[in-house]
Amino acid sequence: MSEVARTGPGPPLWLLCELTYTCPLHCVFCYNPTDFARTEQELSTEDWLRVLRQGRELGAVQLGLSGGEPLSRDDLEIIVGEAHKLGYYTNLITSGIGLTEPRIKALKEAGLDHIQLSFQDSTREVNDFLSSTRTFELKSKVAALIKRYEYPMVLNVVLHRLNIDHVQQILEMAESMQAEYVELANTQYYGWAWHNRERLLPSREQLQRAEETTQRFRDRAGQKMRIFFVVPDYFERRPKPCMNGLGSVFLTVTPDGTALPCHAARMLPGLTFPNVKDAAIEWIWRDSPGFNHFRGDAWMKEPCRSCPEKTKDFGGCRCQAYLMTGDPANTDPVCDLSPHHHLVTEMVAKASAPQAPPAPVEKPLLFRDRKNSRALLELPTPSAPHSQC
Amino acid sequence: MTAISPDVRPTLGRGFRLQWEPAQQAHVLLYPEGMVKLNGSAGEILKRCDGARTVGEIVNDLESAFSATGLAKDVTAFMNVALEKRWLEIPE
Repeated sequence: MSEVARTGPGPPLWLLCELTYTCPLHCVFCYNPTDFARTEQELSTEDWLRVLRQGRELGAVQLGLSGGEPLSRDDLEIIVGEAHKLGYYTNLITSGIGLTEPRIKALKEAGLDHIQLSFQDSTREVNDFLSSTRTFELKSKVAALIKRYEYPMVLNVVLHRLNIDHVQQILEMAESMQAEYVELANTQYYGWAWHNRERLLPSREQLQRAEETTQRFRDRAGQKMRIFFVVPDYFERRPKPCMNGLGSVFLTVTPDGTALPCHAARMLPGLTFPNVKDAAIEWIWRDSPGFNHFRGDAWMKEPCRSCPEKTKDFGGCRCQAYLMTGDPANTDPVCDLSPHHHLVTEMVAKASAPQAPPAPVEKPLLFRDRKNSRALLELPTPSAPHSQC
Repeated sequence: MTAISPDVRPTLGRGFRLQWEPAQQAHVLLYPEGMVKLNGSAGEILKRCDGARTVGEIVNDLESAFSATGLAKDVTAFMNVALEKRWLEIPE
């Protein structure tokens, strides 16, 4: 019997509240579910405050406020204020759109601890194209505002095939904004990004160049700007310890109140995830079948089941296993011990071919918006997810 | 790196917060999108780094609180690591 099954899970240290799916941006690499247009009714202020209180009682301590764009909720200041009183460390994960001076002042007074600002690219053209709106100048202003209100300047830039060659310019831009931390996070392929993956996955050569550029920049910039480079896991040979194992430390609540053990888990077939309107966080975390299903290792198949590394990577990412192989209990195909690993290497090989295929006309980049979400919902469901690979 | 001087007054780094977590029965150090669970001695040292007390005073305080002697070496070694990790800073 696993340790978890004997003693029950530890606390959900990380609580992520996706406050809304409303977003002024329409990023092609968004991990939000492509069917988000189904969500019509968002949780009320009182619902969110209850989630915060119940989470904190269980030991949640890091709070992420994201979306969508969390600033599009006008009760954000109330939510932050309550979270601060309860003792959470509050992180706002934002595109910066809607972060006016009165709002940042009110958030600071409410006790907001941290702001992570996302940027799509360093050049206005690409930034605006990929997020499908004209926002670059606005974000530069927001970055200055964040500094003025004495927050550490933490910049997150999602990398992919269309912007990864601009890493040098991105880092120069970060430096000119006096960023203290920069995350160059390669796209993770879920939600909209999964849909657009053929257009977004960089080539091996692009990735290598970007890593070299980053290292040269680090050597020059020294300690004043810390740069994290997150490699897309399709280029790895071992999977990431996704969420440190589902149901281990991470709890997400989506805009409609569905509680998930990871922000993409709603896609997993055969599981029912509870809603915070119907159940208390304690039951959801400790007892609900949706959260217990992938705890421990009883669910594992070979090669994970007998693998000595299973306590280190927990078999990788369940969502990735499902998206690529059709079965979420399979080994994450990123692992080169997986019988499905070829699905990953084939995608990388295709992206790295010297004559990379031009953008297929029949499958254009799909921007994340309600119209496209509805359009996708009306499409017939593919017979098996891997048929898309 | 040079060892921390006994006369400086370390304080928690900007963006870091130290608090006791009953659910973990430990002091934790919170920072943007992350957390360090501290062992007992690290928690006792960091909670005294308030920007008012000098390193020397912190050592004396710890020695009297725990009826111990000769803690200076371990305490400053930990503080040097904490400075490196930006858990602590020395106000100018």
